[in-house]
Amino acid sequence: MRGFLLNRLSQSLILLLIVSVIGFVVLNLLPGGPLAQFGLDPGMTQDDLDRLKEQLGLNRPLWMQYLDWIWRLLQGDWGNSFRDGAPVLSVIGRHLFATLLLMGTSTAIAIAIGTWIGIRGATHRYSLFDHLATVGAMVALSIPTFWFGLVGIYIFSLKLGWVPAGNMYTIGDGSVLNYLHHLILPSVVLSLVHVAIWSRYMRTATLDAISQDFVKTARAKGLSERRVIMKHVVGNALLPMITLAGVQLPSILTGALVTETVFTWPGMGRLFLDSLGYSDYPVVMGLLMFSAILVVLGNLIADIAVAIVDPRIRLG
Amino acid sequence: MTESSKPRMSYSRRDALRMLAVGGAAGLLAPNVLGKPAFAQTPSASPTGRVVVGFSQEPTVFNPLMPHTECDDAVHFSVFDALVRMDPKGVLQPNLVVEVPSQENGGISEDGLLWRIRLRDDVRWHDGQPFTADDVKFTLELITNPKFRAWRTAGHSLVRDIKVVSPTELTWRMEEAFAPYLSFLAETFMVPKHILEKEADPNAAAFNQAPVGTGAFKWAQRIAGDHIELVANTDYAGEGPYLERLVFKYIPDMTVLYTQFKSGDIDLVDQAFITADNYAEASKLPDRVVMLERGASVESIYLNLEKPQFKDPAVRQALYAAIDRNAILEGLYYGVHSPTETFMPQNSYYYNPNLPAQEFNIERARQILDEAGWVPGSDGIRVKDGVRLSFANSTTSGNHLREQTQQFLQQTFAEIGVEMTISNLPAAVMWGDFWLKSQFESAISGVTNVIAGDPDVTNRLHTKAIVAKGGKGSNTGQYSNPEVDALLDKGTRTFDREERRAIYLRVQEIVRQDLPFLPLFAYANVFGRKEGLEGFEANSNTRVASWHAAGWHWKD
Repeated sequence: MRGFLLNRLSQSLILLLIVSVIGFVVLNLLPGGPLAQFGLDPGMTQDDLDRLKEQLGLNRPLWMQYLDWIWRLLQGDWGNSFRDGAPVLSVIGRHLFATLLLMGTSTAIAIAIGTWIGIRGATHRYSLFDHLATVGAMVALSIPTFWFGLVGIYIFSLKLGWVPAGNMYTIGDGSVLNYLHHLILPSVVLSLVHVAIWSRYMRTATLDAISQDFVKTARAKGLSERRVIMKHVVGNALLPMITLAGVQLPSILTGALVTETVFTWPGMGRLFLDSLGYSDYPVVMGLLMFSAILVVLGNLIADIAVAIVDPRIRLG
Repeated sequence: MTESSKPRMSYSRRDALRMLAVGGAAGLLAPNVLGKPAFAQTPSASPTGRVVVGFSQEPTVFNPLMPHTECDDAVHFSVFDALVRMDPKGVLQPNLVVEVPSQENGGISEDGLLWRIRLRDDVRWHDGQPFTADDVKFTLELITNPKFRAWRTAGHSLVRDIKVVSPTELTWRMEEAFAPYLSFLAETFMVPKHILEKEADPNAAAFNQAPVGTGAFKWAQRIAGDHIELVANTDYAGEGPYLERLVFKYIPDMTVLYTQFKSGDIDLVDQAFITADNYAEASKLPDRVVMLERGASVESIYLNLEKPQFKDPAVRQALYAAIDRNAILEGLYYGVHSPTETFMPQNSYYYNPNLPAQEFNIERARQILDEAGWVPGSDGIRVKDGVRLSFANSTTSGNHLREQTQQFLQQTFAEIGVEMTISNLPAAVMWGDFWLKSQFESAISGVTNVIAGDPDVTNRLHTKAIVAKGGKGSNTGQYSNPEVDALLDKGTRTFDREERRAIYLRVQEIVRQDLPFLPLFAYANVFGRKEGLEGFEANSNTRVASWHAAGWHWKD
């Protein structure tokens, strides 16, 4: 286990380094840059822009900027946002709660419903329910989330007035109930795709497990069908789901770009989009590294979790 | 010199109460004479209610002296004060000063070099400290401090020898006469010396995230990515505030912004306003006031005059004649914007209304090119002296109305033997070196040419403002005309409003004749607010609708 961890850790560091170099170079190769937003300002002269470039260190060679950035990063300094001057970690931190709330809720909904649909579909294969679930999943996966979002806003907010059209809460009312009310539509919309994914994976995994010999043995022992499914099939079918959860962990923390925009949700997805639009390099690099670390961590956690749950797997 | 006026009456709470009483009595006594009860228009004595303003960009820069964009202005105008303020009519009003300095009142010397500023004595910072001449000195010096990441330094870099005469008076000397400086000062917000002087690095001061000003509203909190909340400054020295809370809400998607205006989540739409395609529907919404107000920006086709195709004035004239502006305005922009012949905002005092109107005439365009010796080649594209009449046109990708305009122009230009290709770029690339260093062939851009109502356009049209030729400024089309240069130089040295008017009317005449850029239309902004929100005034001399939230109030 220890050897495995050390091995994975060293691999991860090299991976992160490669990600950082590629990210930094690609981002900085784009012409324009963070000062382009002032190009149309009536009073700003080229002198002002040159001065700002120098003050921000943007006039140095790219390799020098990169070394400076990575050196600071290693010391825990992620730099300051060009856009609002605040430290990158605090900028990310400010948006993290909103994303965790939305993605956490929608993922919980997706796992609960998706798993149930998957198991039921597999145990009642080719039934009307299974067909409906298959068609439903195809629809959810094929149609973009923002479309569901806009339709949802039109029907449930503007026409029926059941839920708010967007925002995380009503300004001036920070009660839990108010948050929950605002959470309903975006989390349901966002969970649609994830329900589809989870149900398809779960169905396949359940079908795999059902055909195994130990299930036949369990049935032969005279166990009730319900007990066979719950104890022997589901338990085993959940194993591949742990890997799926691990892979999806980063998205829980990095947010959903389009959904956050449609629902005016102040999360990480929108932060990423905004920062890209302003060429706010420190924040974009911060978010890139943050999600890269999460991908690495998510996979690592999934591997360890699988090993713990499945006694046949030994890491090391 | 821009016109100035005496200080406007500012209402104290007692005055407001008195007005309330008088208005109420008058309304009761003579409703038919007044037509409308006077008290209905009078804001309440103590700040009440809340207004949520929607923005499509997020305000993130709260130190008004640091580089920022339009949307940040809303926070600056509400939290801070400048020495002077540009009103909707383009007239400078005193803000922190007792009177707007001028040559008549002795605030500015005859040669325009010595300035004397007299300040109000009743202004306090939000933390209770008095505002004094030391703060003004500190602010002006901070802008030119090489270590400070200042926004624009034009005008400020000419200020020398700032002397504090008394807590309410200071003087300085200008390196050279610069009449637009008063207008620049209308966008220069004062920052507190007692807070910022203690900072080792003003670029990273805590103040920048939680500003302290003298304005009508005090900083309350910011939820990053979502909104900014301000509360009434009940000790405000000027008019208002009548609202208890002012919220700037960030809604990045224009469709969602409009949806939230419809659903009532936001009370007023600010930058980038309601889109032209939603104007017709918006104006029919119940309980909403939707107004079309002229803006300061002009949409034009910019030609890079150093390209051989555009050096010939005949080409510029022919292209201008081949633009079906009405079709573009009506067909693509829903009739919201209006045609213009000049770079000057149409409601400016310096606007020249007597310029020849553009006429769409394909035959005339062809004739001009024929006469100038541009002969169609084998592929139908005209050629003269080995130069093919072909060019690329660039603008921000993703702006579908501009992209449609380009496609439309491409077709009509082809009819006169001109080839226009489309080559669009993302905004962050387009407005960088590509635009500033004149790397484009032609571009469609909405440009604001003047600052806070001042007519000076040296930065846009003077030969010394061509960056590609080592100049300082943003004359990106590389326009150069000695007569215009001389007039612009004269304009910056002239403080008399009438004299300046004559100068800039002439500049517009010459530019209309030279056609360094082809004006498409003058922008109009579609303002939308909830019915009952009173005291709102549009001001094309500012970049945001929330330039004077101090005067807003809800009708009872």
